[in-house]
Amino acid sequence: MILSSRDVTKRFGGLVAVNNLDLEIQEHVIHSIIGPNGAGKTTFFNCVTGFYSPDEGDIQFNNKPIAGLSPDRITHLGISRTYQNIRLFSNMTAIENVLVGQHPRLKTSVIDAILHTPRYHKEEGEALEEANRLIRFVGLIGLGDQLARNLPYGAQRRLEIARALASGPKLMLLDEPTAGMNPHETAEMMLFIQNLRDEVGITILLIEHDMRVVMGISERITVLDYGEKIAEGPPNEIQRDPRVIEAYLGRGAASGLGRISATAID
Amino acid sequence: MMKKLLSATKWLPKIPTGPNSRRALVLLAITVILVIPLIEFQQRAYWVRVIGYTGLYIILGLGLNVVVGLAGLLNLGYVAFYAIGAYTYALLASGHFDIHVSFWLVLPLAALLAGVAGILLGIPVLRMRGDYLAIVTLGFGEIIRILVTNLTDLTNGSQGLIGIDSPFLLGLELKTSTHFYYMILIFVIIAVFITYRLDHSRIGRGWIALREDEDVAQMAGINTTRYKLLAFAVGAIIGGLGGAIFAAWQGSIFPDNFNLMVSINVICLIIIGGVGSIPGVIIGSFALIALPDILREFSDYRLLLFGLLLVVMMIARPEGFIPSRRWQLELRTEEYAHVAPTGTAEKSEGS
Repeated sequence: MILSSRDVTKRFGGLVAVNNLDLEIQEHVIHSIIGPNGAGKTTFFNCVTGFYSPDEGDIQFNNKPIAGLSPDRITHLGISRTYQNIRLFSNMTAIENVLVGQHPRLKTSVIDAILHTPRYHKEEGEALEEANRLIRFVGLIGLGDQLARNLPYGAQRRLEIARALASGPKLMLLDEPTAGMNPHETAEMMLFIQNLRDEVGITILLIEHDMRVVMGISERITVLDYGEKIAEGPPNEIQRDPRVIEAYLGRGAASGLGRISATAID
Repeated sequence: MMKKLLSATKWLPKIPTGPNSRRALVLLAITVILVIPLIEFQQRAYWVRVIGYTGLYIILGLGLNVVVGLAGLLNLGYVAFYAIGAYTYALLASGHFDIHVSFWLVLPLAALLAGVAGILLGIPVLRMRGDYLAIVTLGFGEIIRILVTNLTDLTNGSQGLIGIDSPFLLGLELKTSTHFYYMILIFVIIAVFITYRLDHSRIGRGWIALREDEDVAQMAGINTTRYKLLAFAVGAIIGGLGGAIFAAWQGSIFPDNFNLMVSINVICLIIIGGVGSIPGVIIGSFALIALPDILREFSDYRLLLFGLLLVVMMIARPEGFIPSRRWQLELRTEEYAHVAPTGTAEKSEGS
C-alpha cells in the first residue's frame, strides 16, 4: 500500500469538506476519485500534498505519516501533482518549468552557482538532459524554449505532467487531466496516463469527471459525496451501485433507473 | 492622445537591434565608461561624479533586482540596508569614536550586518505577499532612518557623521572621485557577475518560480522559506556594500541621505529597465539617476521634462527598456523516440 488515509477530516468553518475519509491506494494502480462538484475531491488532494493540514486523522505515504508536513517535504518524499486549472510558471520556458520540477533532486548551492564548481556543471548538464528527455516524453518536441503561457492548451496540460514527473515521484495526483479536451485529445491523454503507470511504474491517483476516462482506465474507483466515501470498488461495480447513481442523479432518478432495469429484466 | 504620444516616440533614436550593431554599441559604451576619467575635457569632474553616482545605483539596483525582480518580493525599504552599510563604515572608520578600521575589513562586516538585517526583516514577513509586504518593508526602511536620526549618542543624529576615513589600496589613499569611479566600476562588475550567475542556476530558477506562483513552487519541492530569506539576504548584502562605498566616497553621511526616495528610485529604475533584467538595471540607472542631473541645464523644466520622458517610456515600452529574456535551452536532437525518464527507467525494465 503506497498511500493510506485514516479518518481524515477537513473543515472550513461550519462546512465539513472531507469527513472521516478512509482511503487506501495500492501500489502500481490507477485509482480514481469521483463525485459531484463540492464532494471534497480536491480538498483531499490538498490534504495529501500538504497544502492543507487535515483537522483530524492520519495520512501515511509508504508507511510514513505525512499529514501536516509542508508541500516541499512531501514532494521530496515522492508525491507530485497537477492542478485542475493549469498552474504553470507562465513566464518561464517549458524546459525551465521542468528544471524547476527537478528541484528536489538537485543540490547546487549558492557557492556552486556563483563559482561554477564542477558540481554545478555536472548537475546542470544532467538536469538539462533530463528536462529535454521529459519534454520529448510528453510529446512537446520543439516547444521546449517557448514560454509556458504561449503554449496551446493541450501542451500546457502535458507540460504540467512533465514538471510533476521531474521530481521523480512514486505517486502522482492528477486533478482532472482531461478537462477542456476534445475527444481525440482525451483518448491520447488516457493512453498517456496508462503508459505512465505501465512503462514508468508510477501509481496514479486521479480526479476526473469524464466517466469514459474514469471507467476506461481506473482499476479502482472511490466515490465521494459531501466529503464522505459512499462507494468503492472496480468500475463495473461502481457503475451499478445505487448510492452512486443517487449521488449523481438524485433519489428519484435512482429509483427510476431501478424500475427501468426491472422492466428490462421482465 | 495616446496615438499622438505613440507617434511622438518615433522621433526618439532607435536602439539598433541586430546582434552586431548591438555588440558594437555595448563595446562603445564600455570604452567610453572606461576612459572618461582619463581624458581631459570640460566638466570632467562633473561627469565622473554623475557616472560614479549612477554606478552606485546600479549596485543597489542589482541587489534589489534579486529581491523584487527575481523572487518577486516587493521590498520598499531597501534603503535600510544601504544605511546599515554606510553607518557601519562611518562608525568604524572616523573620528566619531576615534576607531579607524581598514575599509577592506569593514566591507565584509558591513555586508554581513546588512545580510543579517535582511534575514531579520525577512522572517516576520515570510507569510506576506504583494501590497502587505510592501507596506511592512516601507515601514522598516523608515524605522532605520528614524533610528539613525534619534540615536544621537551612537550616530550623532541629524548632525551626521563627518570626517570618514578614505580607504587605502596598496599605500594609495583613495579619495578622488576618479578613484571611487573605478572602485564602483569594479563592484558593479562583481555584482553583475554574482547576480547573473545566481539567476542562471537552480537558485535563480527557484526564485523565479516563487515569483510566478508561490504555492506551486513549494509543491515543486522548493523550500519557499529558505529561498525568500536567501533573496532578502543577497539583496541586503549588495545594498550594504553599496552603503559602505557611499560613506567612504562622500566622507560624511547624514540620515537624510537614506530617505524613502532612495528606495523609490531603486524600484523605479528596475521597473524602467525591465523587471528581472540585469542590462535593464544598468540602462534604468542611467535613465533615472544620470539623466535628471544632465537635464539640470533646463533648470526650471527639469522635472517636467523628466516626468514626460517617463510617461512616454511607459507607453512605448511598458515592459521596460530591456525586458528580461529566458535562455534557449532545448537541445535540438533528431531523436524523436519516446524515452522514459531516468530513475524510473530501471523499474520498467524489471517489470
